[in-house]
Amino acid sequence: MEPALSYAAYAAAIWLFLIGLYGVVKSRHLVNLCLSLTVVQSSTYVLLTIIGYRPGLPAPIFTDGLKPGSAAVDPIVQALMLTDVVVEATVVALLLAITIKVHRDAGTADPDKVDMMRG
Amino acid sequence: MRRSWRMLLFFAGAAGIVCLFTLAAEPISQPRDVRNRYATAIISETFSQRNITDAVSAVNFDFRGFDTVGEEFILFVSVLGSLVLLRMVEDRKGKVLRDALEPWRDVGPSDAIRLWILAMIAPKVTFGIYIVTHGQLTPGGGFQGGVILATAALILYLGEGFTVFRDVISHPATEIVEGAGALGFVVIGMLAWVWGQPFLTNVLPLGKAHELTSGGTMALISISTGLEVAAGFILLLYAFLQENLSPVEET
Amino acid sequence: MIYLQIAILGLVVAGGTMVALSRKISGQPIIVSVFGLILSLMFMVFQAPDVALSQIVVGAVGLPLMILLAIAKLRRDEQMLRRKRESDSGKERE
Repeated sequence: MEPALSYAAYAAAIWLFLIGLYGVVKSRHLVNLCLSLTVVQSSTYVLLTIIGYRPGLPAPIFTDGLKPGSAAVDPIVQALMLTDVVVEATVVALLLAITIKVHRDAGTADPDKVDMMRG
Repeated sequence: MRRSWRMLLFFAGAAGIVCLFTLAAEPISQPRDVRNRYATAIISETFSQRNITDAVSAVNFDFRGFDTVGEEFILFVSVLGSLVLLRMVEDRKGKVLRDALEPWRDVGPSDAIRLWILAMIAPKVTFGIYIVTHGQLTPGGGFQGGVILATAALILYLGEGFTVFRDVISHPATEIVEGAGALGFVVIGMLAWVWGQPFLTNVLPLGKAHELTSGGTMALISISTGLEVAAGFILLLYAFLQENLSPVEET
Repeated sequence: MIYLQIAILGLVVAGGTMVALSRKISGQPIIVSVFGLILSLMFMVFQAPDVALSQIVVGAVGLPLMILLAIAKLRRDEQMLRRKRESDSGKERE
């Protein structure tokens, strides 16, 4: 039963990665492109979650009820995701700011039509 | 590159990724697995060595604090970059600005709603501070609490409109806090040098378990991270809101 | 429990597909916010409350608002450009 869960999660991760890349390739608008990148990012969340997950074990927070030091879910991958979720939001904000600037300078937000290199 | 060529390249790459991923897939490891040693070590050491109860915060702010310094500077740099890009777009000095989102609000919020919205600020700030300072005891910490604190400033915008929001937020203190939060992390890390220990060693007294003062430097690092995240998000929201202002047309 | 986990993985897949494939810009902030909520549900059922908390606050408030404001700005720029082009072509005709 448990291998089924992990294979399902791996499949979900690879699907999110590929569908996000597909969105980047097919995008007609820079905002769509940025948001497809967040989907690619979320595929790493699914992968890291399932790598750290231990069936039947609780979260690694040893308040009342859980004896300190007893077996729990892997805290390392959770720490990785935790910082990344917040940092990702600011990186997306940076991408959106670049989008606004490009749209202002090139007059369009379609990645195929932006050709500022041609002068 | 032409569109069809791009699609071809994408599908070739996707097929390769799927093949490699299928070969590499293996079921989740069991608690006694060899691959799981690092996690087991951290889970068993968190309480006995550091006197704190949240293993995730322990990894974040102590055991692997150096990674978090890197993450925090990614945050700092991307906030800085967004601000530079958005302020570069146009020079607005000396112009009267009007909220372009205002015309849709043809009737402003009534006094009752405004009062209710403003009354929510205090609980929100309290909750944010609670999340920031209890990071080592329960789920939470500087990153989550910082965002909650930033949304408290947003409530001010909802209730009072942009002018009041700007008057409160555009104080230089916001930018100073943003820088000080990033600096604080590094300074706390360097504190260990005074004791002759490596960077980011937890040198302060660890306190008593299940109490607010437990965890030594971890609580301080959590607070400085919280300040930086809060100020960074407020500055970002301010910059994006300011983009939607238009100079008043002279009539 | 395992059926719930697989169902939520299915929701995550559906949400991610919606975000990546939707072409209409004005609906994006809502879809992204729903996707963020689904992700936080996933963190919740896989025993990661810390991550769920940070995903809730970022996915529900921070990210959609920034996207909304960026879209509003792009639309205003678009109108400005169009007005400028119209006045330019009007001058040429004269």
